[in-house]
Amino acid sequence: MDFEIVFKLIMIVTVFGVSLGTAMYSTLAERKFAAFFQDRIGPDRAGKWGLLQPLADGGKLFSKEEIIPGDANILMFIAGPSLAMLTACMTSAVVPWGTYLEINDLKLPLIVADINVGILYVFGVVSLGVYGIMIGGWASNNKFSLLGAIRGASQNISYEIAMGLSIIALVMITESLSLKEIAAQQSSFHGMNWYVIKQPLGFLIFLICAFAETNRTPFDLPECEAELVGGYHTEYSSMKLGFYLFAEYINMFVSSAVMATLYFGGYNFPFMNELGLDHNIVAILGVLALFVKILMFIFFFMWVRWTLPRFRYDQLMRLGWQILIPLSIVNIIVTGGFVLFFK
Amino acid sequence: MKLTTRSKMVVNKQMTFSERIYLPAIISGMAVTLKHFFMPKVTIRYPEVKRKFAAVYRGVHVLKRDENGAERCTACGLCALSCPAEAITMTAAERKPGEEHLYKEEKYAEVYEINMLRCIFCGLCEEACPKEAIFLTAEEIAPARYDRKSLVFGKDKLVEKEHHPNGKVRGGGPLEERLYHG
Repeated sequence: MDFEIVFKLIMIVTVFGVSLGTAMYSTLAERKFAAFFQDRIGPDRAGKWGLLQPLADGGKLFSKEEIIPGDANILMFIAGPSLAMLTACMTSAVVPWGTYLEINDLKLPLIVADINVGILYVFGVVSLGVYGIMIGGWASNNKFSLLGAIRGASQNISYEIAMGLSIIALVMITESLSLKEIAAQQSSFHGMNWYVIKQPLGFLIFLICAFAETNRTPFDLPECEAELVGGYHTEYSSMKLGFYLFAEYINMFVSSAVMATLYFGGYNFPFMNELGLDHNIVAILGVLALFVKILMFIFFFMWVRWTLPRFRYDQLMRLGWQILIPLSIVNIIVTGGFVLFFK
Repeated sequence: MKLTTRSKMVVNKQMTFSERIYLPAIISGMAVTLKHFFMPKVTIRYPEVKRKFAAVYRGVHVLKRDENGAERCTACGLCALSCPAEAITMTAAERKPGEEHLYKEEKYAEVYEINMLRCIFCGLCEEACPKEAIFLTAEEIAPARYDRKSLVFGKDKLVEKEHHPNGKVRGGGPLEERLYHG
């Protein structure tokens, strides 16, 4: 019993560390990939292939001058990036990283918190994420920040609806809200029973909404450099700015993990049960498989960022309200029909 | 008159369904960027790798020596006269007996200074020179320093260090040769 608690602590620390580490190296990957997409070679001076670049960037941000505008609401100004960082780190708690490890007849699930409403938890935390942007933008007492914050808030609220509706169609098939359960269901048919096959439209809607929720291009209107200086983080400097930027990368990691779990089989990989290997080894391979999927999603996020231009605000709202929401409702109806007639 | 061959007539037609859902366009765009992802990169890693100078590149000035190692400059002042930036100053002196190996003709430049802050590297001095004494051929880009004084280059920096057979550092010789055969 005690060992289970110790293992839980190890899991928490590992998940926290891994998501921070992945986010840290995502910043380097972003710069490298941006360079590759533009026929450049990217940062390569700090360490081999620029591998120490994230440390240098972090050190630079820490040692920069901290500027708090005179008219800013200091408490809120500090609360903004803290909240952004907090909500970014919270989501990863319910993601199942693997099945379970079996040590001395103890079953140790590779998940921090197996709550039976995992999806709702994810949604709750994700919708809290907008407060970081909103509070930070408002507290700066700057019109550009405020405009960015308002855009961020309206964008997140609009796309959360379509995201939720696309998930409802998925939940109609899975009949469970637990991420662990959903991941386990996808292990049938040689570990290839991925929900993206049953829910292609739902996945597409979820993917687009995930881009919007993480404020990534083409939905990066809140921090639109061209017209809003820097959007909600215009007035931020030093590590507070670092927290905002870093939270974006953690969000990207977590939403990649959620997408991989919901639609791409999570830790399942083809022929995982036919290999005839020890259960623990298969579980660890599953964790690696999940990571490969996550990294591919992160690559996809970056690939899109360096391909597509930013939406205009009215286009953004039209896509959200007039296209994605009706489309996800159609998806629910079609899915409902299938469930009704084929089950 | 047609100014370009790439002009297109603007048509106000309705977009087709596949154009309106944007996804085919997005996918083809992403194929383009993915192609660039694997393309060879154009970046030159500067301090380690240096780009080759063009044959007609105008770098820092060099005061040439002749085939015997004597300075070719006779301090005629045509370079200073032609200089649009008024960067060149010189003081002429008479060659003493026994200095024939140092200076080619009876008159030479005792002081020859080019102010690198003024110089615009136009190359008019090398065109004006009747003695083929000054060329902008040193494979060095215009220097950057923290003080102004050291940017006035004297003869110690300008005169060719040692004699090169057939009077070339790189691409030396008459300007026409460098332009058309360099």
